[in-house]
Amino acid sequence: MTLLLKGGRLIDPSRDADGDGDLLIENGKIIKTGKDLPKGKKSDVEVLDVGGMWIVPGLIDMHTHLREPGFEYKETIASGTEAAVAGGFSSIACMPNTNPINDSRSVTEFICRKARECSLANVYPIAAITVKSEGSLLTEFWDLKDSGAVGFSDDGRSVMNASLMRRALEYASSLGMPVIVHCEDKNLSSGGVMHEGGVSTELGLAGIPAIAEDVMVARDLLLAEFTGAAVHIAHVSTAGAVRLIREAKNRGVRVTAETAPHYFSLTDEAILQFDTNAKVYPPLRGEKDRMAVREGLADGTLDVIASDHAPHARTDKEVEFDYAASGLTGLETSLALSLRLVTEGVLSPSDLIKKMTLHPAHILRIPKGSLAVGADADITVIDPQKAWTVDRTLLRSRGKNSPFHGWTMKGKAVLTMVGGFIRYRDL
Amino acid sequence: MKLNRKDILGIKELSLEEITLILDTADSFLEVSTREIKKVPTLRGKSVINLFYEASTRTRTSFEIAAKRLSADAINISASTSSVVKGETLIDTAKNLEAMNPDVIVIRHSAAGAPHLLASLLRQSIINAGDGAHEHPTQALLDMMTIRSKKGRIAGLKIAIIGDITHSRVARSNIHGLTKMGAHIFVSGPATMLPREIETLRVTPCIRIEEALQDADIIMMLRIQTEREKQNVFPSLREYAQYFSLNRKNISLARRDCIVMHPGPINRGIEISPEIADGPHSVILDQVTNGVAVRMALLYLLTGGNS
Repeated sequence: MTLLLKGGRLIDPSRDADGDGDLLIENGKIIKTGKDLPKGKKSDVEVLDVGGMWIVPGLIDMHTHLREPGFEYKETIASGTEAAVAGGFSSIACMPNTNPINDSRSVTEFICRKARECSLANVYPIAAITVKSEGSLLTEFWDLKDSGAVGFSDDGRSVMNASLMRRALEYASSLGMPVIVHCEDKNLSSGGVMHEGGVSTELGLAGIPAIAEDVMVARDLLLAEFTGAAVHIAHVSTAGAVRLIREAKNRGVRVTAETAPHYFSLTDEAILQFDTNAKVYPPLRGEKDRMAVREGLADGTLDVIASDHAPHARTDKEVEFDYAASGLTGLETSLALSLRLVTEGVLSPSDLIKKMTLHPAHILRIPKGSLAVGADADITVIDPQKAWTVDRTLLRSRGKNSPFHGWTMKGKAVLTMVGGFIRYRDL
Repeated sequence: MKLNRKDILGIKELSLEEITLILDTADSFLEVSTREIKKVPTLRGKSVINLFYEASTRTRTSFEIAAKRLSADAINISASTSSVVKGETLIDTAKNLEAMNPDVIVIRHSAAGAPHLLASLLRQSIINAGDGAHEHPTQALLDMMTIRSKKGRIAGLKIAIIGDITHSRVARSNIHGLTKMGAHIFVSGPATMLPREIETLRVTPCIRIEEALQDADIIMMLRIQTEREKQNVFPSLREYAQYFSLNRKNISLARRDCIVMHPGPINRGIEISPEIADGPHSVILDQVTNGVAVRMALLYLLTGGNS
């Protein structure tokens, strides 16, 4: 089958391309790009007019939670990948905090097999750094890599033992694999349920101070500098972390970093009415932090936007704030929230797409994120003008836990193609 | 005048007019408790459920007496004897109570926001009897009633609130209420017990308790929870008693006609010395008496009564 995307704006940061162009796809690959491509003589060419829209490499979300195995009532690989393609993501990486934790070949292979059976988005498992993510014994990095893992993370907690973290960085480095760190000093954050600041003071909720994140970011940057290994800082939420990462990059430390749309869209004030859908870890911070995250995105300190998609069931959220599970469902709102950065002049379209395609592909070392001839036909078409309203009841994800319910958005993925197959279409 | 709201969740959302209405109504109910037959038929046929997920003697008894003196039926449920131990969620418990058609549900819960969760789901009036470290609106109302009756006004007074501000719902509700009424609030306690950005609540934090006590009209001592000692929030009760308690010496910094308040239960000899607690400045027991009147006023106003 041959498909011609016609009349769009081609944005492909992998080739520094941004301009009008068409894209010809055949047998799952991109075979030609350029202006005014002819339809050719073949009779079975489908032509899609995408005038006024952006044609970009299939979006990559390098930080999601698919919950399977173990928490299928929150999300499954099937529902999660359905949400992914609806949100414009052709590839996603999933964190290991399932049950059992993905710390073994069998779990990694299970996830890969399930994802293949669903054949919606590409799924790249991230395996645990330590057995059961308990922070005491390293997992089998080589074996996990060979079974399909693309990185290591104990997401949800920090490896508190600095010596063990050093070994993890050294060992992963020898495999050319990224270590993705959740930065939170658990002694400093202990008992906290939201950002420590004026709002927690008013609500009487126990606070998680910004330094719980900053202290651990500083430690992991120093360990990366010392070992020469690459480290990727997950879900940066504080002004302090942005500053530390910026300084480390200037020193030449091999660090990359991501933030999530909620950290540049919301502050702790979202919790004033005890909305448990706004309970996330790390917590929504103050306005100063929100602005610093935006600056970090603008100046390149923060390389990636990832959703930290964390679906939960109603029963996990419709409880007292202290007892509510943390996390928000993000795959289907991530792009629209990120497009606001373009509207608000924080990022150019090309810079935004880079943070959602090329950069995560480089960090995870996956052959994705490009519209070059010969590349897999993983393509997202974005209508930057399309107005829509977030309705949590209409989300594909099983997790309806969105604090953005009712928000008016501008811009949406209208076509998601994975390996040449259209997996989502709203065109 | 009517109180035009379904629930009393916190002082923060009450207007100055609403607070005044409640206090005026409470003043008028005070007399009922002094009668030989302490009962009026006002709320006959209404029922009030006291749903207490945290231990309480004073507040629960006060609500129960308030309901009974108005001839309402009062039902007490405490977490230890209810289906909570069987793992039922707060919402399910509340939905079951709702199905029995009470008129008012009074809730105390260790989690901030629990009353708000109920208020958003149930058609009954919800009164917050203390949620975590968030708010304790009826305590603040009875405190304001006490101050008003002793001083004739609240505006312009210097009020010192001393103790564990971080974990105190009494402090938060009083800060909201008293600043609305025009008082100047100074808070003091160990630095580890003054929450971050406390200034946003329009109070003046003081490192030393003497600064807060200086020329104070009202001294509000908070109960120190002794288990905080183990959490390294302060080194020892011994040191706390020496540096942060109200005693005969430091009370002399306050105005001669100052009054001393405490929400109870008091730790004698820790946050307050016994001779102060029982001394001429103390209005601690007046607070308890006024508590019944304030709760009668709220039950009355929430069930549709006029002032």
